[in-house]
Amino acid sequence: MNGERIGLPGAEAARRAPGLAARLHLDLPLLLGLLAVAGIGLVVLYSASGERIDVVWRQLLRLAIGFGVMVAAAQVPPQTLRRWAPWLYAAGTLLLVAVLAVGATGKGAQRWLDLGVVRFQPSELMKLALPMVVAWHLAEAPLPPDARRVLATFAAILVPVALIARQPDLGTALVVGAAGFFALFLGGLRWRWLAGLAAAAAAGAPALWHVMHDYQRARVLTFLNPERDPLGAGYHIIQSKIAIGSGGLFGKGWLHGTQAHLEFLPERATDFIFAVLGEEFGLTGTLALLALYLFLVLRGLHIAARAQDTFGRLVAGALSLTFLVYVVVNTGMVTGLLPVVGLPLPLVSYGGTSLVTVMAGFGILMSVHTHRKLLSPS
Amino acid sequence: MRRLHLKDHRAEQRLFARRAAFAAALAALAIGAVAARLVQLQVLEHRRYSTLSHENRVRLVPLPPPRGLIFDRNGTPVAENRPAYRLEVVPEEVPDLDALLERLGRIVALRPIDVERFRALVARKPPFEAVPLRLRLSEAEAARFAVHRHEFPGVDIAVRPARHYPAGPLLAHVLGYVARIDADDLESLDPVEYRGTSHVGKLGIERAYEPLLHGRVGMQQVEVNAQGRPLRVLERARPSPGRNLWLSIDLRLQRVAHEALGDASGAVVAIDPRTGEVLALVSAPSYDPNLFVNGIDPATYRALARDPDRPLFNRALRGRYPPGSTIKPFMALAGLEAGVIAPGTTRYCPGWYMLPNDERRYRDWKRSGHGVTDLYKAIAQSCDVYFYDLAVRLGIDRIHDFLARFGFGAGAGLDVAEEARGLLPSRAWKRRARGQPWFPGETVITGIGQGYLLATPVELAAATATLAARGARVHPHLARAAADPGGAPELLRFAPEPPVRLADPRHWEAVVRAMVRTVHGRHGTARGIADAPYRIAGKTGTAQVFGLGEDEEYDPETLAKRLRDHALFVAFAPAEAPRIAVAVVVENGGSGGAVAAPVARRVMDAWLLREGPARRAAR
Repeated sequence: MNGERIGLPGAEAARRAPGLAARLHLDLPLLLGLLAVAGIGLVVLYSASGERIDVVWRQLLRLAIGFGVMVAAAQVPPQTLRRWAPWLYAAGTLLLVAVLAVGATGKGAQRWLDLGVVRFQPSELMKLALPMVVAWHLAEAPLPPDARRVLATFAAILVPVALIARQPDLGTALVVGAAGFFALFLGGLRWRWLAGLAAAAAAGAPALWHVMHDYQRARVLTFLNPERDPLGAGYHIIQSKIAIGSGGLFGKGWLHGTQAHLEFLPERATDFIFAVLGEEFGLTGTLALLALYLFLVLRGLHIAARAQDTFGRLVAGALSLTFLVYVVVNTGMVTGLLPVVGLPLPLVSYGGTSLVTVMAGFGILMSVHTHRKLLSPS
Repeated sequence: MRRLHLKDHRAEQRLFARRAAFAAALAALAIGAVAARLVQLQVLEHRRYSTLSHENRVRLVPLPPPRGLIFDRNGTPVAENRPAYRLEVVPEEVPDLDALLERLGRIVALRPIDVERFRALVARKPPFEAVPLRLRLSEAEAARFAVHRHEFPGVDIAVRPARHYPAGPLLAHVLGYVARIDADDLESLDPVEYRGTSHVGKLGIERAYEPLLHGRVGMQQVEVNAQGRPLRVLERARPSPGRNLWLSIDLRLQRVAHEALGDASGAVVAIDPRTGEVLALVSAPSYDPNLFVNGIDPATYRALARDPDRPLFNRALRGRYPPGSTIKPFMALAGLEAGVIAPGTTRYCPGWYMLPNDERRYRDWKRSGHGVTDLYKAIAQSCDVYFYDLAVRLGIDRIHDFLARFGFGAGAGLDVAEEARGLLPSRAWKRRARGQPWFPGETVITGIGQGYLLATPVELAAATATLAARGARVHPHLARAAADPGGAPELLRFAPEPPVRLADPRHWEAVVRAMVRTVHGRHGTARGIADAPYRIAGKTGTAQVFGLGEDEEYDPETLAKRLRDHALFVAFAPAEAPRIAVAVVVENGGSGGAVAAPVARRVMDAWLLREGPARRAAR
């Protein structure tokens, strides 16, 4: 390896230019974007937590672990990930079954597997393993995939999604399902399949409604229209809209949000932290954060488009779009555009087991981008 | 080959580039939508929200509705709400729940089950909502906590109504009980209406009439200061209380029936055949439903669950017994309707019956036989041979179809959820359930209410009521009327079942006459209760108890008792214009005429011979 490089001194110099980041297989634009978002997050968290520095320290520790995981993931070449994909998927599925069978009940639903020292959520693994296995499967044959491959992919998506939905954790089921679907879509799923899928969903919904119990319908109605429950979900949304709307163009200033500090805003450090940003930093703050998120997604898609093989392309693209789902579902919920689904705002919400998963995803993106080989068609 | 591969590669790359561009556009669109929403909220509607934020000193607090009261048919309260002190915790105001529970435990008694339930609720409720930790503090505990209250921010005592059942065990199998909402209930309850509600009906009337008894949630807007402490109530949307409910049960009659059973295990069901109102429904032994309201402690529950007399088991609704000879009046009607017999048709009873081409002898209970027997004698003296012969002539399918018209095997359709169904066998049933053909010998014993045939006491009482009403079938019900608090009670409506019509209505009178002879005839099997000042139509029954359960231990004394036949009796009175129909089952009671009939007699006496005012109130 070294010998080759010595033979090409010019190229060597050019390659060295990016410096440390490149040697660590990191993508500098992504890294800077992530650091900026995390920084904003810590600032807002300090205010949202009621100025508790211990909370900020704990979050900083989590972020450090997250970035560590990202760097580690970036070192694994995509070819290795591709080999692992089916095994990760199989292990994830088995663990999901195990969770349903013996899982300790955490927060009312069975999501955790208690491994003694650590508690582990297999659905998190599936957020990465599912797009990987879909990409692995589709990369085996020319794209766009034929009907058999599409159907097999649907099956591969439905099994973990159904298992997670049974826990029941609809928010995570949605994210995992989306991750798998994005890989399939980017792989060239034909539009007529998409149309058929949409038609099937439209046809299935009334039938499903018909067989549901009254209380289940009541739940769906509350889900679609939070105002129906002005003391629960509706209360969150009303208070969150007041917080954001009262922020105006430039906000009430850091630590001066009345909604947050008078504790009208529930879950203000976790799922609803975006409302604190809106209240204290106004439209300026919210648009800046949204712009950063959009930049991360577009950079991810750019990396995907420049990837050298199908597997890398599909995984990178699917992970970028999954990240988008987090951002849009959370901010949509907090602004009252979408129903209340408990998804955190990535890198900003306090805690969240999904932080590590999100960072691992970015590590994979970086790996796809930085482990480049000379193109060899064979 | 190589070129082809390369070409594929390029095509795939182009395909992906198109899809990625589409996805990028979608991402920009989605983020743009959120951005547009933010512009709407933060620029266009900023003034409105700014005002709201300034005025935002208001919190919404749910006000659970008081649960409807339950009365017996005469207005005696049987389920009421009594004030009780409960300890509540607002989780978000408590920094360390574990430490708090530990310290609180030194002041008030906290059982592990209290803590467990509490934690489950904390995980599900928003952190700013008060969660009950202990219900029904004693006066001493409440006082002790009041002294230490300042040490426990976020913990408070609330005075809340708690359900109480003054009649205790007497009505447990009718009313059921309410208990604290658990995780399973949360899955099936409307989260809006039950916000603030702590108890839900788990069994019996409390469960079946939950929607009616619960009422609708209210809320109040509370102004709070900058620390979030409540200052004053701004606005109140009062909860609408649950509706009050009147049972068709007469508490006095219920007590008579309960006491008439004495220490025996069994069931008594009394129905007004004109309306379907259940006047008494007793399952003995019983239990105190008040134990369950605030969580029964495990030791007490184990004792109840393991009691060999099974007090938790609702025999009236769920006990499935062979009806024995009490089925004979219905068999007789089936024979008359099918034209297989006429009231004057006689058979000779030598004390046994044999199927053609079969060696087996089916014995009559009277070894020496009844001799020449017509229908009246066959019912009054409970001749088995007559009904062996009748059943064989009818065949199992005709028996099945006719008895089904009386509701056998289908449940009586009572207005509580726990009712079990009896078993009305047929060829089709046996093939389906047992995978075997029907044997002729099984038809023979079905004729005297043995074999596969099973009925619950409620089914028996409902069928007897139908017989009493000469075919008019009512819908038996435990609840009679409901009213908004302060409003006038409105009768609940229950659609009647399709009536049993006979080709010749005189056949009703023939069977009723035979049943009157059972009680008032010289040789009637229930002549022991004949001295009533009204005419009773009845039928005795004894049901054989089969074998020992495999896991039952051999103990000569209890074995002897548990193997004794069940005593049954069905009756209605006055025979000409019945106002009450009764079914009695006394487990291991032995003889229906000697043991079960007197129970029914006491119930009928109490209903038909009571003093004027009570009777007028009941009308």
